[in-house]
Amino acid sequence: MEEKAELWRWTESRWTNTDLNWKGKLITSGVDVGSVSSQAVILADGELYAYSNMRTGSDSPDSAMKAINWAMEDTGLKLDDLTYTVGTGYGRVNVPFSQRAITEIACHARGGNFMYGPSVRTILDMGGQDCKAIHCDERGKVTNFLMNDKCAAGTGRGMEVFADLLGVSINDVGDLSLDVDEEPQPVSSTCVVYAKTEATGLLREGWPKNKVLAAYCSAMAHRIMTLLERIGVEEDFAITGGIAKNKGVVTRLEKEVGIKIMKTTDYDTQIAGALGAALFAKALVEKGKK
Amino acid sequence: MIANYGYKDGSGDYFIAIDTDKCNGCKDCIDACPYGVLDVGPDENDPLSDEEVAFVTEAERKKIKYTCAPCKPMNNRPPLPCMAVCKKEAISHSW
Repeated sequence: MEEKAELWRWTESRWTNTDLNWKGKLITSGVDVGSVSSQAVILADGELYAYSNMRTGSDSPDSAMKAINWAMEDTGLKLDDLTYTVGTGYGRVNVPFSQRAITEIACHARGGNFMYGPSVRTILDMGGQDCKAIHCDERGKVTNFLMNDKCAAGTGRGMEVFADLLGVSINDVGDLSLDVDEEPQPVSSTCVVYAKTEATGLLREGWPKNKVLAAYCSAMAHRIMTLLERIGVEEDFAITGGIAKNKGVVTRLEKEVGIKIMKTTDYDTQIAGALGAALFAKALVEKGKK
Repeated sequence: MIANYGYKDGSGDYFIAIDTDKCNGCKDCIDACPYGVLDVGPDENDPLSDEEVAFVTEAERKKIKYTCAPCKPMNNRPPLPCMAVCKKEAISHSW
């Protein structure tokens, strides 16, 4: 029997700044062990040197080790070279080589500030199994936040389930969902389980895949909007996390909010948490010296 | 910082908001809450600050709809003990 393709599997990535020589510099790192993905970011004197982004396994310490080892691959760096490491994300207390754990709220604000610049006031992190809306000041310090991690509606995992159900690669979901002549009614429930049931029904009625995806992306955008409404959206507005790569959700959310969403091509949007953690690691080293 | 602890699910929004700029870490709310929902400690979302503030305990964050229910009867709702005791008016409930 032919093995079924695992379409929800998004692409893992790593990157090294080959123009930079880390020797003699202050090396700090951040490791974000999330529910679905893990990232490691390495900074040399506060400058982005390397990162890795991969799927989280069942074992948090192991996932953290794999992520940092992959980020350090071929760089000549060893664990001992890391002066200070901060862990963040769900598995933040399970990063064996870290000196401190910091919440993902604080880290995403800091990381988002670095990635999108000091004008960012609202950061929406759409993670694997939760959703965070954060307001921050020009230094990336949190001023207001709200997190929903009790319900998987409007999260990356929900999108993975849909990709698998419809037999569409997770990387193509966004573009496909925008390829509709007319925007269909959103699915009535964003609950991943009920939405899946509803989508199965729509497929049986003869809806094409792209229309079903459009209905789900639009429901997800609406769901996130209701969360955002509680704290409000201040410009500039940026999205971090895996869903930031899904044009189907981002475009629809942009329409609902009525504010342009900042774009970045310089960074992988999934590394924001780990990047923030690495920046805190640097700040903590400097604070300790004072 | 306005820290919103809680969740939104199919039945509604359940958030306890704590204004950490107003909170002075006096701990009055810890004793006022009959169900141990609140605690005071370092601000985990502001790691570079050394000040202590009130927060909703990790164990209660996903069930405050139920834990707080006895303080919110349908009729003749008395002032919530956590909000009434807070002199700085730093605590509010969304529901």
